[in-house]
Amino acid sequence: MCNWPPTTNKKVGGPSVEVQKERSASLKPLREKTSKAERRALQEAQRAAKAEGSKAPVATSGVLSTNAAPAKATKAPSQKKDSSPGAASERRGGGDRPPDKERKKDVPHPRMQFDDKSRVEKAKKRSVVKQTEARNRVELFRHLPQYEHGTRLPELESKFFQLDPVHPAVYKAGLRYLAGDISGGNARCIAMLEAFQESIKDYSTPPEKALIRDLTAKINCYVSFLIECRPLSISMGNAIRFLKTRIVKLPLTLSESEAKATLLSDIDRFINEKIILADKVIVRHAVTKIRDGDVLLTYGSSSAVEMICLHAHDIGKQFRVVVVDSRPKLEGRLLLHRLVRKGITCTYTHINAVSYIMHEVNRVFLGASSVLSNGTVYSRVGTACVAMVAHQFHVPVLICCEAYKFYERVQLDSICSNELGDPDAISKVPGRKEINYLDDWANRENLQLLNLM
Amino acid sequence: MGMDFQVVVLAGGTSKKLLPLVSKEVPKALLPVANRPVLSYVLELLEQSNLKDLIVVVEGEYAALLVGGWISSTYVDRLHVEVAAVPEDVGTTGALRAIAHHLTANDILVVSGDLICDVPPGAVAAAHRRHDAVVTAMLCSAPISGPSESGSSSGKDKAKKPGRHNVIGLDPTKQFLLHIAAGAEVEKDIRIQKSILRAVGEMEIRADLMDAHFYAFKRSVLQEVLNQKETFQSLKQDVLPYLVRSQLRSELLLNGAQAEENGNEKDASQNNKIKLSQLLSNASTPSFHERYALGLKGSASVSRKTHKCCVYIASKSKYCARLNSIQAFSDINRDVTGDASHLSGYSFSAQNNIIHPSAVLGSKTTVGPQCMLGEGSQMGDKCSVKRSVIGRHCRIGSNVKVVNSVVMNHVTIGDGCSIQGSVICSNVQLQERVVLRDCQVGASFVVTSGSEYKGESLARKEKQ
Repeated sequence: MCNWPPTTNKKVGGPSVEVQKERSASLKPLREKTSKAERRALQEAQRAAKAEGSKAPVATSGVLSTNAAPAKATKAPSQKKDSSPGAASERRGGGDRPPDKERKKDVPHPRMQFDDKSRVEKAKKRSVVKQTEARNRVELFRHLPQYEHGTRLPELESKFFQLDPVHPAVYKAGLRYLAGDISGGNARCIAMLEAFQESIKDYSTPPEKALIRDLTAKINCYVSFLIECRPLSISMGNAIRFLKTRIVKLPLTLSESEAKATLLSDIDRFINEKIILADKVIVRHAVTKIRDGDVLLTYGSSSAVEMICLHAHDIGKQFRVVVVDSRPKLEGRLLLHRLVRKGITCTYTHINAVSYIMHEVNRVFLGASSVLSNGTVYSRVGTACVAMVAHQFHVPVLICCEAYKFYERVQLDSICSNELGDPDAISKVPGRKEINYLDDWANRENLQLLNLM
Repeated sequence: MGMDFQVVVLAGGTSKKLLPLVSKEVPKALLPVANRPVLSYVLELLEQSNLKDLIVVVEGEYAALLVGGWISSTYVDRLHVEVAAVPEDVGTTGALRAIAHHLTANDILVVSGDLICDVPPGAVAAAHRRHDAVVTAMLCSAPISGPSESGSSSGKDKAKKPGRHNVIGLDPTKQFLLHIAAGAEVEKDIRIQKSILRAVGEMEIRADLMDAHFYAFKRSVLQEVLNQKETFQSLKQDVLPYLVRSQLRSELLLNGAQAEENGNEKDASQNNKIKLSQLLSNASTPSFHERYALGLKGSASVSRKTHKCCVYIASKSKYCARLNSIQAFSDINRDVTGDASHLSGYSFSAQNNIIHPSAVLGSKTTVGPQCMLGEGSQMGDKCSVKRSVIGRHCRIGSNVKVVNSVVMNHVTIGDGCSIQGSVICSNVQLQERVVLRDCQVGASFVVTSGSEYKGESLARKEKQ
């Protein structure tokens, strides 16, 4: 008669399950008779359990303690339920579900620790896209999500028409992230904001619901979909926070169309002020640091650095650019094309050779995905390497980063948050089919490929 | 609708290629495959993908009535279908022109009603949206025709030869369609646009892929092409090649045109928009369309309008076939009861066949694997059925051998008949000791006893 969520059977011990079943079977007719005090007691119990449960994953970073804490927390509410007589929960699995149950519409914590199996299971059940976890994962990076690359896109595609809550523009943006069509902090943020603008334009409040709450719930839904396609970048996270505070601050007296218009103009203003204007200011300032005859070095493809080079060339400065690139993404090539097309003299090299070329260089300009509050710069993998080599050669390094990407987190080492890409991308070399030594890497137990992005 | 797609199913009418299987009473859409009308496969596929609002276009008023009646009785609560009748022989474009006023969504999915496949339509739609394409076509591996065992003792061995259906040119990433040629053109030379080849650099020409007649169109483009090009008759032969040929010198008015105008009024918002679009385009690897549109120097002054024709290639594990010939009919029946049995929707018994519980089998009668026996059918003694599909309410006598054939409903087969590789339509009566080999017997025909036919098509003359 009653539906038990599968996790319950794992967590709660045998005898308590029996007791629950009997009581719930006999309690069905008695439900109306719970007194106010009993209901309040149950509520307190659930609240306390939830507080315990939510504290557990945040406080600890070790694997074992994280595993133990939710288990302990679930024991607690079931025992409390035993003690409160005659109190049956409204929904069958209400008290038995682990206390950190999150309703479907909540955004999962963006930095979920993936070595905790229980949370991974729960997230999988909640997720819109089914993803199979990769085999042969590197132990050091077990706390990060890594999925079989080939399965995500077909899964998402086959569910195209069943993803009702997701607006087509948001869906398209998610697809582009997943397929790797669009990359780079600014571009991803802009694509996401434009998709949100489309969805807000098409949004209409359902009857008997408040615009603010419903719209926030919808945005949360879209955000969790985007996270499943590809983890959010810090710029995107800040933009989402901005949008949510704007929604919450909407005055209640506005009509729906006025509210939507306000939001759309807010998003436009955000993009114009924080991205485009910021880029202009950066360019204007950075160009003063370039003297004639300089040799600049840049790594990867950063939109801010590209703008600086183009503007400096436009105002007539004489300089030369060294573009350093790295596998497997080879993003530097696109930057190289665009610079050469404008007539800037460029040198192209690989990150292996950066120490050979550094002695020619006067200035290093690097882009950043974010700057953290202790001054740490968070950027594409390989940036730290370039910066350290430059430091050895006493070459000044300039980081170009818009202020909206600043983040108040503090990161002490470079392992705790990363994005893991598709390991097959590093085992293959495009255009050289004969290099196939790593083709069956997945079958070798001692070999684990790591693609840090 | 959720994703802004509308679905149009082109169910055809009374196709001439399938005579005598089709008739006035049985339009092509209702031709049974594994005892289910072929249209039901498309409708089930769409229903599984949550596409519940469909427009079905049928040629011929009477056929439309029949199809509409069947749909409303079978899918009464599950789908919301609008059946539109168009005059015969207008071609696929004519069918779309007729229902043009019903099309309102941003994108249209056009499916042929004789398609049997299990590729999720969402995949085609997702590819269409991802690239902002004007048309996306689904391609699948060409089916191998002919019986899988050359069991028939006819001298000519029907070798397993994949039919040459289409010549398709793809770009290296296998996402864009560069060239498509079909039908009679395939036998002669192939003409390829030099500009396309130059822009993309490398083109892969495939002859083993088949156009599955499952397209996603941008509605505005489709309507524009249909309005402007009055002579276009067929989607596959005219519209699709035209769009593919003209993808780099597009004459279409696309809203949100790719080229920005280098106007003299460059006020701040215009500037910002340009910067935005540049930021976004710089972030992604440009497709060859965008590279071509920008020209060699990368400046927007030589702006050429382009549009994208995308392609979705179904994986080899998926089944995809079209019912467009009598050979295909036999093949599909065999496949649906054999390799692609998950499509049939029935659950197979232990002997790998489906026998309806109400069917009666005589003594010593064997029904082999990959067979189907419909409701209420009766078989006499000492019969043997191998790799065949038998419909409902058939009366089959004793000592009958049915091999590799399709027998539809209400058929009476006398004793001692032998049927091999044939198709027998409904209400046919075969008298005793008839031997049929590779024949097609039209509806309500009576085959006199003792006759032997090989490779013939028997049909009752229409009393008109």
